[in-house]
Amino acid sequence: MSAVTSSPARAVLPPAVLGTLKVLGIMAAIGAAIALLVQTGLMPKGSVGHKVLAAPFIDMWELPDLLVQTLWEGLVAGVLYALIALGFVLIFKASGVFNFAQGIMVVFSALTLVGSYEIMTQRMGLPTGVVVAILALVVAVATMFVLAWLVERIVLRPLVNQNEIIMLMATVGLTYFLIGFGEYVFGGNPKVMITAELGLPTGSTQFNILGGRVNIQHLDVAAAVIASVMIAGLAFFFQYTRIGRALRAVADSHKAALSVGISLNQIWVIVWFTAGIVALVTGIMWGARSDVSFALEIIALKALPVLILGGFTSVPGAIVGGLIIGIGEKMGEGYWGPLLGGGIETWLAYVIALGFLLFRPQGLFGEKIIERI
Amino acid sequence: MFYRETGQFKTTYADDMAIFPIRQDRIGLALILAFAFLVVPFVTSDFTLKTIMLPFLALSVAVIGLNILTGYTGLISLGSAGFMGVGAYACYKLTTIFPEVNIIIWIFVSGFFAAAVGVFFGLPSLRIKGLYLAVATLAAQFFLQWAFVRIPWLFNYNPSGAIEVPLRTLFGVPITGPTASLEVKYLICLCFVVGMTWLASNLVHGRIGRSWMAVRDMDIAAELMGIKLLNAKLMAFAVSSFYCGVSGALFVFLYLGGAEAGTEFAIRLSFLILFAVIIGGAGSMIGSFLGAGFIVALPTILKFGLPAIGIAITGATAEKIVLMIIGALTIYLLIVEPHGLARLWQIMKQKLRVWPFPY
Repeated sequence: MSAVTSSPARAVLPPAVLGTLKVLGIMAAIGAAIALLVQTGLMPKGSVGHKVLAAPFIDMWELPDLLVQTLWEGLVAGVLYALIALGFVLIFKASGVFNFAQGIMVVFSALTLVGSYEIMTQRMGLPTGVVVAILALVVAVATMFVLAWLVERIVLRPLVNQNEIIMLMATVGLTYFLIGFGEYVFGGNPKVMITAELGLPTGSTQFNILGGRVNIQHLDVAAAVIASVMIAGLAFFFQYTRIGRALRAVADSHKAALSVGISLNQIWVIVWFTAGIVALVTGIMWGARSDVSFALEIIALKALPVLILGGFTSVPGAIVGGLIIGIGEKMGEGYWGPLLGGGIETWLAYVIALGFLLFRPQGLFGEKIIERI
Repeated sequence: MFYRETGQFKTTYADDMAIFPIRQDRIGLALILAFAFLVVPFVTSDFTLKTIMLPFLALSVAVIGLNILTGYTGLISLGSAGFMGVGAYACYKLTTIFPEVNIIIWIFVSGFFAAAVGVFFGLPSLRIKGLYLAVATLAAQFFLQWAFVRIPWLFNYNPSGAIEVPLRTLFGVPITGPTASLEVKYLICLCFVVGMTWLASNLVHGRIGRSWMAVRDMDIAAELMGIKLLNAKLMAFAVSSFYCGVSGALFVFLYLGGAEAGTEFAIRLSFLILFAVIIGGAGSMIGSFLGAGFIVALPTILKFGLPAIGIAITGATAEKIVLMIIGALTIYLLIVEPHGLARLWQIMKQKLRVWPFPY
């Protein structure tokens, strides 16, 4: 089927590379034009044009250590956005459900971990330490499995083949349920993630480079490494295992997968469980950076622009989109935010994604949309 | 037995195209309107008026607005709360700059400001659709929410960042502000709702509505038939945002009496409105009211109804239980009737036509 629809190779380079090159060329031309304007004195210092178009780049050039710090923070944020988006993509690919509850699953899994650790050490009198922390991790993983099973049983199975917006609203309902349930069981107070007990590094290191200091949190390094390992592991799982292949088959076509004997229900449990595990890892990382509370929900919403940027069905898209959004957002906030009074982080991600979408409606890595009557 | 169209003949084209072709429906509607105008304000308690009727009326306008966009045109938007905010802030600015003009005019006019903003944020709908568009409209939601907090001109440099509704009168009777009576606010709100519903009903049954529905069913086919997608989609965004804007102005001026910057018109309200559209029934006027009533009444009923029937819950726990029940009920309703309460209403009417001798 794909051989028929794919266009014959006309260009030497794949279109994505060609497009990127084109964009880079245009950007270089704009940069040169701005430099020319500044040099010739047509755009004097202090004018609006200078403030928006030139001053931030001059800052970047003059204070490279700040630039590196901003880039690094953007990178870490981007990795974590990518992780949340990955959970969305997994579920969307396999079941066509836009799982709005993914963000809440992140918070809920982290809360389960911390909450069960608290219950075990404080009420049951177990000693604090690595062993109990791992026990709590097991409890959290088991909870995510039960959640996946229940969601498949109660929500997905009766709603199969419904309109996408109805599935979306069902996951919104799930979101409300999980918020209420989580607060009811574990209380609404923010909790501190058990970072040290899980064996994650804390503290930070300072590097003296580029004539300044760059501060790097050990935890962020660990987050980046763990995220990379997990993405690689998932890629391996999809590519080489029997279940992974079944998952891809379901993503391709539900009917064809059913006809060769793949159980849709089983696949959905597995995929929701996998998304739950991804959520748990994301929750641990975000929770270690700030407190574990339902305020993290807002961060989870940030994964949405990542999704539309990368395309709902593309795992590489989620990763690249996450990095673009993370870095773009931190750079925008750091260099252009003060011009607008700050706090533009809340919407900048969406605007970046929208900008990309106007040129590629299917997202960066999405399949070309072919519409037929 | 009572609900039969036997003997009612359609003798003209106008009869055939009537929105309520059955006489009993028309009588029922008249009775409901008479009840709402003449009985409700004098019978119901202040508590019911304040916590259920006013938010229900104000929100139902927004739900009709989003229904025009989502139910009739097939474009999903998650920015309705943002557009409501535009209406509320526009109304506030207008009435503080020109206090001598009647507030009712300004509530209506503020809708046009929301419409303009809506058209701007509706532009991406020409290139992207479906859930991608839903996420794209979040840009509107977050940007507008940010603007309400960060642009002090919008709330007249009030140090608290909130807007307070000033006292405005109509024929000497206060209609907004702290001294206005609930009954007056209710009646004003009701007039707006009736007028806007009549307008929306005529729009969706006319040429414009037909073009919206064609776009919803398949936009390429609609384009081939000669419907201009740009006009139809942007028109839907404009009308939808207009309704949201008026609803926002009503919400703040008649129901809340003041708004904290950025908290009233948060993303959660957007979802609640979309939820009302889906639960009520996409593409149905009566569904908009059923959905709005559902989302307004449910939390109140749960919060105050459960203790009344003996299930004692404390305030803090109640919030969580209410959230859980709302979530579970959403999923349950979607499973039972994915086409919303409007479909249930239709089925009920169908059953009633053959009652008591179903064949």
